[in-house]
Amino acid sequence: MELLLLLGLPLLGSLLLALIGRRAWTPEANVLMSAGTFAAGVWLTAHVIAHGPMLVWHEQFFIDPFNVFLVILTAFIGLTTSLFSRPYLRTEEHHGRLNRRQLRLYHSMFQLFMFTMLLALTTNNMGILWVAMEAATLTTVLLVSLYRTPASIEAAWKYFILCGVGLAQALFGTILLYFAAEKVLGNAGSTALLWTHLNEVKGRLEPTVLSLAFVFMLVGYGTKVGLAPLHNWLPDAHAEGPTPVSAVLSGLLLNVALYAVVRCKVLVQGSVRSDLAGNLMMGFGLLSLVLAAFLLWRQKDIKRLFAYSSIEHMGLATFAFGMGGPVANFAALLHMTVHSLTKSSLFFTVGHATQQAGTQVMDKIRGLITINPTVGWGLMLGTLAILGMPPFGVFTSEFLILITAMRDHPWATPILLLGLGVAFGAIFSRVQAMVFGETRLPRLPHPPVLVPVFAQLALVLALGLYIPPHLAAWYREAARLIG
Amino acid sequence: MTTPAFSSQLINLCAALLLLLSFAMLSQRRVLTLVDLFAMQGGTLFISIIVVAWSTGQPHLYYSAALTLILKVILLPLILHRLIRRLGAQWESETLLNTPTTMLVGLLLVIFAFTLAQPISQLANTVTRGTLGIALAVVMLSFLMMITRRKAVTQVIGFLAMENGLFFAATSATYGMPMVVELGVALDVLVSMVILGIFFFHIREQFDSLDLHNMESLKED
Repeated sequence: MELLLLLGLPLLGSLLLALIGRRAWTPEANVLMSAGTFAAGVWLTAHVIAHGPMLVWHEQFFIDPFNVFLVILTAFIGLTTSLFSRPYLRTEEHHGRLNRRQLRLYHSMFQLFMFTMLLALTTNNMGILWVAMEAATLTTVLLVSLYRTPASIEAAWKYFILCGVGLAQALFGTILLYFAAEKVLGNAGSTALLWTHLNEVKGRLEPTVLSLAFVFMLVGYGTKVGLAPLHNWLPDAHAEGPTPVSAVLSGLLLNVALYAVVRCKVLVQGSVRSDLAGNLMMGFGLLSLVLAAFLLWRQKDIKRLFAYSSIEHMGLATFAFGMGGPVANFAALLHMTVHSLTKSSLFFTVGHATQQAGTQVMDKIRGLITINPTVGWGLMLGTLAILGMPPFGVFTSEFLILITAMRDHPWATPILLLGLGVAFGAIFSRVQAMVFGETRLPRLPHPPVLVPVFAQLALVLALGLYIPPHLAAWYREAARLIG
Repeated sequence: MTTPAFSSQLINLCAALLLLLSFAMLSQRRVLTLVDLFAMQGGTLFISIIVVAWSTGQPHLYYSAALTLILKVILLPLILHRLIRRLGAQWESETLLNTPTTMLVGLLLVIFAFTLAQPISQLANTVTRGTLGIALAVVMLSFLMMITRRKAVTQVIGFLAMENGLFFAATSATYGMPMVVELGVALDVLVSMVILGIFFFHIREQFDSLDLHNMESLKED
């Protein structure tokens, strides 16, 4: 029932908003739909906490502590993004960059995107997981190209082709997985792609097939995580799409893609009995972290800057999942949570800042703190949080990842520190100049809503200072499941 | 009734045809002919699925064959033809990068695909064991086609041909994926085709041509 609401509401919302999308109150309807989805997510979480993992509808859906926390995070960021997009898109309309038809497309696709994300998270079928990821690509392609400028169309095309090719590799990996599973589970029905069944028999799956399958799936879903060297689409899509879309791409899509990789890793690790899967993930993760950190220095566009920062953080989380073990998994899950919260709130403030300045070029954005102190402080605090300054949650997760790396893989520690240090210098110097400094910029026609920004930053701060015991137990349980 | 040996021969023939068609697509310059080649590839895929279904008595494979026939042989080529005509691009052809080199790279890819699939093919006990390598080769050749071409329409045909290779892999290695997954994949392919169709018009509107050479403002930095 909870699940039906969770999946049904966004799907229904997308149809409804497609039908009535030209009315003036559509943004409010969008907020309402997202709030409903979030409420359903809370209900589902309460159910899973009270009764343990759920397996429903002919075992087609499976909720355990690992995905339920991502479900609630996804629904929450969906809600805050819809709150943020309300004044943001009205201002865009006011500036004449978007018309009512484009707004209708935006709202309908946003809800459909939420549906595909939640479907990918809750499904038990590895095939449906792939279908949902591909559908997520399709909806976001339309969102990225919303402005219809040459640059946005180019970004969307690049995004589509790269992710389409990447996901084709993932489908090949899924076929290989099915091929291995069918030998053990028989091809009597559709059970051979169900994750729970695969997990039970993972020790008996053919290791050679599964290692090859994992390589294909890591490359495929890794393209969507934004792992180097397959990250090319990510900065373009983030910079050229509307800012709410950048926020959900960074905050949700990358997480869900990483979730898919981790689900595959659990199976492969159980079958291959070597560190192949973990080592591959560590390698890709480190490469992404370091490459993104150095590329940060060359950015001129503020949204590209934070897009590269997302690649960096996803690399770090992938590295941590690759190390495995209870502490590293715990840290990676925490890092996914705080990164989503911080990065989406950063994109919210960046959205308002760029609207105020009328440009995304960092050299032209100056003195945010004098024209709009809340935007200025939001950007500054968000930046400090994402850079891993001590009181914030990102510090906790990065610290845990670092000490685990020191213990298990000492060779990686200097590389991690180098990456984090370089990224710190690049981002901090830019943001400082944008927040403080002389300016003569006009005010916005629709006052920005900054409640979500500060609410999310407060959450990140709270997670840095104190993780409530049942939340910690929950993370530990999820970390144990991943193994 | 066919004997297993005979149907296995038939499937190998289909696999060989698929590979041949992939090479033909790699070297074809005219867009409309490319669409026809793509439809022929879909037809070969359809026949191979029917043969597998017949020789193994897997009823759900008939559905998947019907899906292939409707989607890949009829619907997608039809949409592509109409799109190309509406874009007025039917006489367009593109200059290829050095064909002999492309062919040579293609050959190397085929060898690579076979080596990669070798250990897995030996595990397969289906009648179609030898064909997984060919399926992977078709996927890689389509990938090569996407890399070497600079027109939006040809890139999309490469993308769809890649999907053909994947479907062939699914039937040849495992007698087809579960029905719900196949339906989902087919839906995704169809929707992506529609979206890309809309995209062609946007691209032409913004860049005055479907040539992706014009799209170079977002350089990697």
